[in-house]
Amino acid sequence: MDELLADFLTECAESMTLLDVELVKLERNPSDRELLGSIFRMVHTIKGTCGFLGLPRLQHVAHAAENVLGDFREGKLVPGPSEVSLILEALDRIKEILAVLEATRAEPAGDDSELIARLDACSGRQEEVEPIMPNAVIAPGSETLPARTNVPAPETEGAAKPVLAAKNPPEEAAGRAAATESVAHQTLRVNIELLEKLMTLVSELVLTRNQLLQTARKSSDNALKAPLQRLSHITSELQEGVMKTRMQPIGNVWSKLPRVVRDLGMELGKQIELEMVGADTELDRQILELIKDPLTHMVRNSADHGLETTKARVAAGKPEQGKIRLNAFHEGGHIIIEIADDGKGLDTNAIAAKILANGLATEAELASLSTQQIQQFIFKAGFSTARQVTNVSGRGVGMDVVRTNIEKIGGTIEMSSELGRGTRFVIKIPLTLAIVSALIVAAAGERYAIPQIGVVELVRAGARSKHRIEVIDGAPILRLRDRLLPLISLAGVLGLRGDETNVEDTHVVVSQIGPCVFGLIVDQVFDTEEIVVKPVAPILRGHRLFSGNTILGDGDVVMILDLNGLTDRIGKSANPVAEKKEASSQSQQDDATSLLLFRAGAGAPKAVPLALVTRLEEIEPAQIEWSGTSTVVQYRGRLMPIVDFEGQPVRVSDGTRPVLVFTDAGNDMGLVVDSIIDITEQEIRLECRSGSVNVLGSAIIAGRSTEVVDVSYFVNQVFGGWFDRNETEPFMEAANTKPRRILLVDDSAFFRNILLPILQSHGYEVTAVDSAAKALEYRDKGEMYDAIVSDIEMPGMDGFAFAACCRADGSWQNVPMVALTSHTAPKDIERGREAGFDGHVGKLDREALVAELASHPKAHRVPS
Amino acid sequence: MNSSIAEPKSSRRPQAAAEELVSMHVGGQLVGIPVRIVQDILGFQRITRVPLAAREIAGVLNLRGRIVTAIDLRQRLGMDAVVSDRPSMSVVCEHGGELYSLLIDQIGEVLQPPADRFDTDLTPLTQCWREFSRGIYRLDNQLLVLLDVGRVLAFN
Repeated sequence: MDELLADFLTECAESMTLLDVELVKLERNPSDRELLGSIFRMVHTIKGTCGFLGLPRLQHVAHAAENVLGDFREGKLVPGPSEVSLILEALDRIKEILAVLEATRAEPAGDDSELIARLDACSGRQEEVEPIMPNAVIAPGSETLPARTNVPAPETEGAAKPVLAAKNPPEEAAGRAAATESVAHQTLRVNIELLEKLMTLVSELVLTRNQLLQTARKSSDNALKAPLQRLSHITSELQEGVMKTRMQPIGNVWSKLPRVVRDLGMELGKQIELEMVGADTELDRQILELIKDPLTHMVRNSADHGLETTKARVAAGKPEQGKIRLNAFHEGGHIIIEIADDGKGLDTNAIAAKILANGLATEAELASLSTQQIQQFIFKAGFSTARQVTNVSGRGVGMDVVRTNIEKIGGTIEMSSELGRGTRFVIKIPLTLAIVSALIVAAAGERYAIPQIGVVELVRAGARSKHRIEVIDGAPILRLRDRLLPLISLAGVLGLRGDETNVEDTHVVVSQIGPCVFGLIVDQVFDTEEIVVKPVAPILRGHRLFSGNTILGDGDVVMILDLNGLTDRIGKSANPVAEKKEASSQSQQDDATSLLLFRAGAGAPKAVPLALVTRLEEIEPAQIEWSGTSTVVQYRGRLMPIVDFEGQPVRVSDGTRPVLVFTDAGNDMGLVVDSIIDITEQEIRLECRSGSVNVLGSAIIAGRSTEVVDVSYFVNQVFGGWFDRNETEPFMEAANTKPRRILLVDDSAFFRNILLPILQSHGYEVTAVDSAAKALEYRDKGEMYDAIVSDIEMPGMDGFAFAACCRADGSWQNVPMVALTSHTAPKDIERGREAGFDGHVGKLDREALVAELASHPKAHRVPS
Repeated sequence: MNSSIAEPKSSRRPQAAAEELVSMHVGGQLVGIPVRIVQDILGFQRITRVPLAAREIAGVLNLRGRIVTAIDLRQRLGMDAVVSDRPSMSVVCEHGGELYSLLIDQIGEVLQPPADRFDTDLTPLTQCWREFSRGIYRLDNQLLVLLDVGRVLAFN
């Protein structure tokens, strides 16, 4: 019985999928008798089999649906949207029951009488006598139903043509049984696992064959050549054959879509036509499985966000019916799937607004982007243009997930959109995951494989070639025909070469990932080779640069480059990576600071750590208002004080200006600047201290002398008053007479670099260390300080533990300690005091720090 | 009588039947790993470097169609990298369903030292070795450190 049930479930699953499609067709074309016949038969078979297997719920629902379908067939009823919806609802109920049946082997309890009543009402006029009928079918059903169960499953596969549609069931069954028997003998079901195993074996065989061929090329033994040739052919054919067994038409995945689109259209009040071209294009079932969800999601997206409502379409002078077109075809060893709609297209302004709202980019960054680049943001995590979350596509799954899933299988996705005309997505995926065609290149003496899917062309570059590589600020750029390509040095990215990129005589692999075109500088280019992708060992999975590894024909293992991972490196010069190889990557990351570069005031460009900037805004002169002697703007429902670079009220009369918003203790303030230059990431070394109050010092940033701005100056300028500057004066005099020794403990190189000059400029002699452990080493060496300034959040031993340690024993028990932290809530300060800190100041508050240090009387000093 | 002789023997046997080990030389030190996890012992192999991987990872190599990650055991144990004057050997072992090849200087032999010669007190070892060791066998002429292969291969 179990086996019977399993067969029944498999058959039903096939029928149900087909029914969804056919019913939608029927709705469009109510007079298609063949279609009606085929639908009727499928439902009829389900009903019949249910009766035989003793599944009364299924049987009743199917029976009621069959009655309605019978009326369609006899012309008593015309299948309109409401009738078809009702039948679809009945099918959904059947699916629900089937799902439980599959899981538990038993029909779930439940009441379908309401649904059945509605179905009966639909076919109701002649159903007065009918209620007896279902019972009649169940009880004495054994007379007719066993005959029905003889009908093999594949009746839907075209073996039985709807010529039989009009005949009565027993004859029909007999006819179909005969017709399908031969089909059944020609196909058999094979376990997927077995197919997978075969595929793996064939992959290995291909590898071995390649190795053999390579070896044979070197030998002069002619006797080997002929059989080897033959082996090679057979292997290729075998490979192809096995791959074919795993191939399925993409239509299998598409079959759910007409129903999805129909339901969506009903729900959203849109008329949508779904056109599907190339449904018989075959691809590997593994890939099919993986693109199923992204595809469904994209079609939903097109229907929900892409197409306008019928009203809007009419208003725009377009045909009432919106169109979604799916097209699949083969191209150069890949499958291309296009999803296009003739809807409203992407609204770049709406996207830009959304980008800003979600904090994915700043206005300065947006201003420099093309329309195309802004549109690409829909693929970024944390983006969704739907104004409200609908139950259609806004379910937390965005296009970023779609892209990730497609990239995971080595595919790419591109998008083009025209406002008012529609949006088109093109997905390019490999035919199979197991074997890919790859270009073998060499860099720094090691070979690598690049999947052919991303390779556009190969260019020889150098002095003697017409393509020259030029270097701007360490970033190599290739002039290729009429465009400039950003270049990445493979050896550089992989940290294999510290010296300058060789731009004299070299090869460039021009690659494209989505809209991003770039060149990869390699030393040598070899053949393309069919490679079998093997996953890298778990311990090598740390970074995104390799998508796998493989064994080449000569038996060597090579790593397969992941071009998607490489695109992240564009625009970064290769050398920092090479440097990183030397130092531990951990400390390198800490040392680099994201800096916002801008112009303001006179002289060199200015820089401020991005971490200190809360937001970037723009203001019009008209927005500026006066409040007493200071300027303010209305910002987020509050008044925000703004100052210019001299700390003075803002007087601008023309044009919008960028504003850097800083936040101190919950209060916002704005610094109006002339223009934003860039954001860069690098280590800051303050070269010389500055004479002006608003600048900490100068540093070489992005190759230019840049002034690092003292944010605390502006914050104090605005929220000042609570700090009395004069207090420090007498202290400074005292300090100047004899420098006091200070130990500064902070893991962040940035803050060490910033605080060091501040403290020095106040006459302190400062020793800076990057960890509490190192500080304790100094203690154990017998070093003595007049005060210790320590960060709280540090890797390893944190500030609290460090203070406790100093207080517990040793020679620093009485040295004043000041905690330096971004948390200045009372409870943090309390905790600091408990641990042994004498003072607690905010990280940016240099004045407070100086005051705090001055407040500790000299009595604390231990003679050094 | 027989039983009285058999008694102590059988009680000692579970102890005496200690694990069979393969001994090997790494940077002048004798270390061992359980025989049961060893899959293969290879002579010099061509190893493909894996850029940006941890320093202790020498690269990947092809073992009869399977790709195996090679670990430079010297580096892993805090010694200098394998010097190139003598081609190193590999001991292939399986751990967690994956194959790894441990690069060593010289393979030793299969031993079954008595369990009462086994010390689990790791205090004499340096911090680095303590992390990767299960214990020390007092062999007649030399000490042998039993490696904890799981720890040796645990990179994160």
